[in-house]
Amino acid sequence: MAEKMRSPLGRAYGLGSAREGAKDWWAMRLSSVALVPLTLWFVISVIRNAGADYETFAAWVGSPLPAVLLVVTIAVTFHHAAHGLQVVIEDYVHVEWQKLTLLIAVKFGCVLLAVAGIFAVARIAFGS
Amino acid sequence: MPIANRPLSPHLQVYKLPLTALMSISHRGTGIALSAGTLYLVWQLLAAASGPDAFEIFQGFAGSWLGLLVLFGWSVALFYHLCNGIRHLFWDVGMAFSNEATDKANRAVLIATVALTIVAWVAGLGTWGGK
Repeated sequence: MAEKMRSPLGRAYGLGSAREGAKDWWAMRLSSVALVPLTLWFVISVIRNAGADYETFAAWVGSPLPAVLLVVTIAVTFHHAAHGLQVVIEDYVHVEWQKLTLLIAVKFGCVLLAVAGIFAVARIAFGS
Repeated sequence: MPIANRPLSPHLQVYKLPLTALMSISHRGTGIALSAGTLYLVWQLLAAASGPDAFEIFQGFAGSWLGLLVLFGWSVALFYHLCNGIRHLFWDVGMAFSNEATDKANRAVLIATVALTIVAWVAGLGTWGGK
């Protein structure tokens, strides 16, 4: 079946499954499931903090439950975003150097933003 | 050499995308938009971590019409991606694959997106006005 569906060029290239797809698939589903309650909590928090001044907002970020949930939300969100953007790039960008550049930029950008967000929460929680 | 007799994907310039296809590509579109939107969240947190002056600059933008527009777009994208993502999870466990179930889920996702957006903004503006 698989061999019949391949074009002569595809056969010549000899490329196929890297046999590691399931790991990525599962990571994406796991982060999706985690993000459902985390997103709902986050939206409710944004609503409750609408128009909050600096003291109120910083006090909220620094209190134990919000601080922990914010760090988890940031970590899972950027993990999910990095994976999602990677799939989009792999599907639509077919010039090798452009694909590689974008993949590296997305990975670096997501890690940088995640660390920045977590650092900000930690600094507020622990005081500067 | 004959080309293998493979199924072809629809030609985008002559094929009218059904709602299911439009909603599928919108899932990716909102995902990309939400990725960009994380910059807004990180900015707010870094501003709060830096002190009252930096936070005031953030609030100046957040309260402007452009800031509210960004937040509105972000909320629509978030609720759409959330609702459609839950539908994807149902697909992942092999449920709701028939045309009828897909049509029903299309409607449910769109209605839920609009409803959640309205509820969130009524509640959010209520909190904001109460301050």
